[in-house]
Amino acid sequence: MSLIERTAAELLDLQAKGETTAETIADAFLAAIRARDPKVRAFQHVDENSAREQARAVDAKRKKGVRLGALAGVPVAIKDVLCTRGVQTTCSSKILKNLVPPYDAHVVGRLKAADAVLIGKTNMDEFAMGSSTENSGFFTTRNPWDLERIPGGSSGGSAAAVAACLAPVSLGTDTGGSIRQPASLCGIVGMKPTYGRVSRYGLIAFASSLDQVGPFAHDVFDNALMMEVIAGHDACDSTSVNEPVPGYTKTVNDPVKPLTIGVAMEYFGGGLDSEVEAAIRAALKEYEKLGATVKEVSLPHSPYAVAVYYLVATAEASSNLARYDGMHYGYRAAGKRDLIATYSRTRAEGFGKEVQRRIMLGTYALSSGYKDAYYVKALKVRRLIKNDFDKAFAQCDVVMGPTAPTAAFKLGEKTADPLAMYLSDIYTISCNLAGIAGINIPCGFTKGRLPIGLQIQAPPFEEEKMLRVARMYEKVTDWHTRRPKLT
Amino acid sequence: MDIEQVRKVARLARLDLSEADLTVMAQQLTSILGYVDQLKELNTDGVEPMAHPLPVQNVFRPDELRPSLPVNEALANAPARAGDFFAVPAVLDPADQQDH
Repeated sequence: MSLIERTAAELLDLQAKGETTAETIADAFLAAIRARDPKVRAFQHVDENSAREQARAVDAKRKKGVRLGALAGVPVAIKDVLCTRGVQTTCSSKILKNLVPPYDAHVVGRLKAADAVLIGKTNMDEFAMGSSTENSGFFTTRNPWDLERIPGGSSGGSAAAVAACLAPVSLGTDTGGSIRQPASLCGIVGMKPTYGRVSRYGLIAFASSLDQVGPFAHDVFDNALMMEVIAGHDACDSTSVNEPVPGYTKTVNDPVKPLTIGVAMEYFGGGLDSEVEAAIRAALKEYEKLGATVKEVSLPHSPYAVAVYYLVATAEASSNLARYDGMHYGYRAAGKRDLIATYSRTRAEGFGKEVQRRIMLGTYALSSGYKDAYYVKALKVRRLIKNDFDKAFAQCDVVMGPTAPTAAFKLGEKTADPLAMYLSDIYTISCNLAGIAGINIPCGFTKGRLPIGLQIQAPPFEEEKMLRVARMYEKVTDWHTRRPKLT
Repeated sequence: MDIEQVRKVARLARLDLSEADLTVMAQQLTSILGYVDQLKELNTDGVEPMAHPLPVQNVFRPDELRPSLPVNEALANAPARAGDFFAVPAVLDPADQQDH
């Protein structure tokens, strides 16, 4: 097995045994990026010299016998929505094309402190708004399993980078499914932690009550490893919760017994592809073989989640994105004399169509005369969605179902119809609205050799149990060991 | 949504959209609002709106002096700069004042 196909845990082990070095690992991934990324287009920005320098620094530390961090010499790709000091951070938007942040996002600082090698910034839907990475202001990322298909989104670049073995692990963000859905479509593991588990400091805001940073990895163990590094309290984010971070890697191999799995019948309605459904049912059977009890639960308000989301998320976005006015940083339109005209021209030229559409929808939902009918109504239904989960989790440890209704769709298939695109997040959105935890793990392939993903959702701050449940399945299956054939 | 409503929202959102963009936007927003109208089916009388998943309120930190971003770093990304300041178009233009 070549270095690039290894997991982060294996790369750590190989270095500890002296069988390879951080520099050799960095070189292997940089070579893979040079060879494969012109086709996959996962990366927005790669600085080879910086990556090699970071790797050499790790090797030097090891030589000196200095105690190394938990991700020493492990290359990590970072979604371009997370601020990196001195390194461009564009959010895949023309309005931030030349932005070079003066500070690191909290999670980026954690990665550096853990001696990770930051290998590059990944492509995404502009401002994390999208489900296919086709809304990037610069280019579209391809699915490594089929280059004519989308990788999912909005963290499509980070998912494709791991699936294509251009980085063993990466960071994404998830506002309505933007980690779990691309993880599902790219056949890898991706987790949205509980709201408040990971600091959002330095994460360029889309919808602040929904956004959360989380990891992508080939397997659940690596996901646990990444969570150990990034989770925890940060005084710079007042919504980051001061709860102890469990040693996820210490317990991840312990099966959960007894285990009761809730299956929401609402997740198996119209729109669910039959091959996806068959794979999910087969995964549930596998859990039963492991001794789990599968029980029907009800999430009666889940069919309303997409409608709630597109009011709440757009309302928050319209407020968050008001800051992009061309005054302090980013793009400024030329030729306008007065202030308001400069703002309006800058935003018309700098934002892409989907971002403009969502700002418009959110502005309308918050506007005088419509706020109660749209925004406040949506917040009330959000409460009902949360209450559904509370009731379900009183009867089961985790809720399982499909992550996405179909496998990866073709490029351009849904770009003309925003609503059809929104519906590809139908199973992932309620997790963000309720603020609970969710993870995607690979659970099969379609006949067309496209990955299928199983979603596991857990109550707030029960990532530890969720990871153990996910790992149980991983140990008796080999979907997570498959890699796409790329030259 | 009709085009005049869309025009008003675009003004509120500070988006200088073309007539063609406004027309497409009106169609798309009408379609999306048609979809979200399904929320009206639900009786939500007496339900407390949920703006946030966490029950945290008023998170305070000690009021202590800390280093802040140096002026040059804060201005490094400015589209236009005048000395130690962001240069912006006139907020109050004498010529504009006469029109109001």
